[in-house]
Amino acid sequence: MNVSIGEESVPNEVFTLKNVSVFYGTNLAVDKVNLPIYQNQITALIGPSGCGKSTILRSLNRMNDLIPGAKVTGQILYHGQDVYGPDVDPVQVRKIIGMVFQKPNPFPKSIYENIAFGPKTLGMKGNMDDIVEGALRGAALWDEVKDRLKDNAFGMSGGQQQRLCIARAIAVQPDVILMDEPCSALDPVSTFKIEDLMNELKKDYTIVIVTHNMQQAARVADRTAFFTVASDDEAGSRVGVLVEHDKTDKIFSSPAHQRTLDYVTGRFG
Amino acid sequence: MSQPFSDLSGRSQFAAAGAGLVVQNRFKSDDHKSNLGNVAFVVIMLLALTIALSAIVAILAWAFVEGRTRLDLDLVMNGPSTVNRATAGYSVAILGTLQIIGGVIALIVPLGAGAALYLEQFADKTKWWNRVIELNIQNLAGVPSIVFGILGLAFFVRGPFSLGLVAAAGSATIALLVLPTVILASREALKAVPSSILEGSLALGATRWQAVWRQVLPAAAPGMLTGVILAVSRAIGEAAPLLLVGALTFVTFPPNFFEGGYSALPVLIYNYAGRPQEEFQILAAAGVLLMLAVLIVINSFAIWLRARYERTW
Repeated sequence: MNVSIGEESVPNEVFTLKNVSVFYGTNLAVDKVNLPIYQNQITALIGPSGCGKSTILRSLNRMNDLIPGAKVTGQILYHGQDVYGPDVDPVQVRKIIGMVFQKPNPFPKSIYENIAFGPKTLGMKGNMDDIVEGALRGAALWDEVKDRLKDNAFGMSGGQQQRLCIARAIAVQPDVILMDEPCSALDPVSTFKIEDLMNELKKDYTIVIVTHNMQQAARVADRTAFFTVASDDEAGSRVGVLVEHDKTDKIFSSPAHQRTLDYVTGRFG
Repeated sequence: MSQPFSDLSGRSQFAAAGAGLVVQNRFKSDDHKSNLGNVAFVVIMLLALTIALSAIVAILAWAFVEGRTRLDLDLVMNGPSTVNRATAGYSVAILGTLQIIGGVIALIVPLGAGAALYLEQFADKTKWWNRVIELNIQNLAGVPSIVFGILGLAFFVRGPFSLGLVAAAGSATIALLVLPTVILASREALKAVPSSILEGSLALGATRWQAVWRQVLPAAAPGMLTGVILAVSRAIGEAAPLLLVGALTFVTFPPNFFEGGYSALPVLIYNYAGRPQEEFQILAAAGVLLMLAVLIVINSFAIWLRARYERTW
């Protein structure tokens, strides 16, 4: 469904963020973010701690609703529909927009049950064994675990646990997968496997990833959005702002803003 | 050291000895008082432990010496009797206690789990009424059991429920008594389940209820069960509130849950111990041993359960 303009094809916009601000109570956490997220691409959100990149990520599937006092203003459009619209059920949002967390969080159950929980809960039809196998294959985990599906997921390595969480997320057939620093608790080999997996997954899914690791963004992301912290000295508050977003190679080679260049070259942050 | 240039070589030897052999102890304690204090502290702790343990050992020893001749089958098979004092036992009281405990479990499991779930997962802690409920539950856990007996008398025996002096009233009263501790223990068990389990479920499109019911609750269940078992072991030993809600009767027939008199193990022990005859004194001591044995079994089960399902997240 790509629309061609001239030579370059412009992919579909999955998310369109218009003047999105997030408040925790009366505190402004992120101010007026405008950002497009394109279909079947990996979009990386990078920036120093406290810049609000995770906050923005968690507002995309309304996980922020769980934090008392969290409030989103502006518009987050998913294929044109406001995610925070009055008739929107956050549970339905999260079915379509899956999430993988910073620390692997398998359920304290068997590998099989970890995958089957989502499809069962959502009442998905089809053979559960096939769904589980498909999800594990999709997360490049099947060959490693096919003989021990009944084993507790806690017996897996950290990297395997995280791929299990990815498998769990794709088992419910979402459209978008949000990843909140998915490799920050993993060793380099596991990290490489997950990055590899992300490149496979983007054929079928749209991926948004928050990462502290600039090299990771440079390696996997098609587009990168750079956030930073704007400190208001008068109020003494720190507010996250989006500095710029562009194709990843542009951000890392010739960004439009000096702050971005300073960050990606390691001069601050 | 009578060598030429002995002055120089002697000094260097001395220096070598100083560096190599006489290593200065830099970790030596410079405060002898603190050492003494440590020893004194250990002694005091051991003394406290000894006193506490010797009390338990004394009770056990007394009960065994006093009641050993009645550790027979009659003890659990026969009912109380003023005629056949030598073969009287606790059968009716054991049945009464079983009924009471059954009722207690039936009440505290759903009520305790429900209240804990509400407070831990659904209550908005910024609302004042939820904080009041929380504070009150903690206070209730410290209320003397006799107060619950009075409540049970006014509320279950008479008043709105008007159950009469029956085992059901005893059950309800004891359930109220142990409910606060069950709620507190269940909340701790729920708290121990990391929020990432809830978040992980919600992120898959589960509703809050599905996430709590299918993931959080099963993960917390062993801890909650341990709390229930410990509450039951406390419930078995409670006599005071039962005295107020009817368990004083010297019944000789098996109890019916909703009608007729009933007895309970600690109440009957209390009853036997209050009688002057030698046989009843021995019977009371044997009853203490019986109750301790039951409690040890139950508590061991709780400990085993906790160890078996202990999880590090």
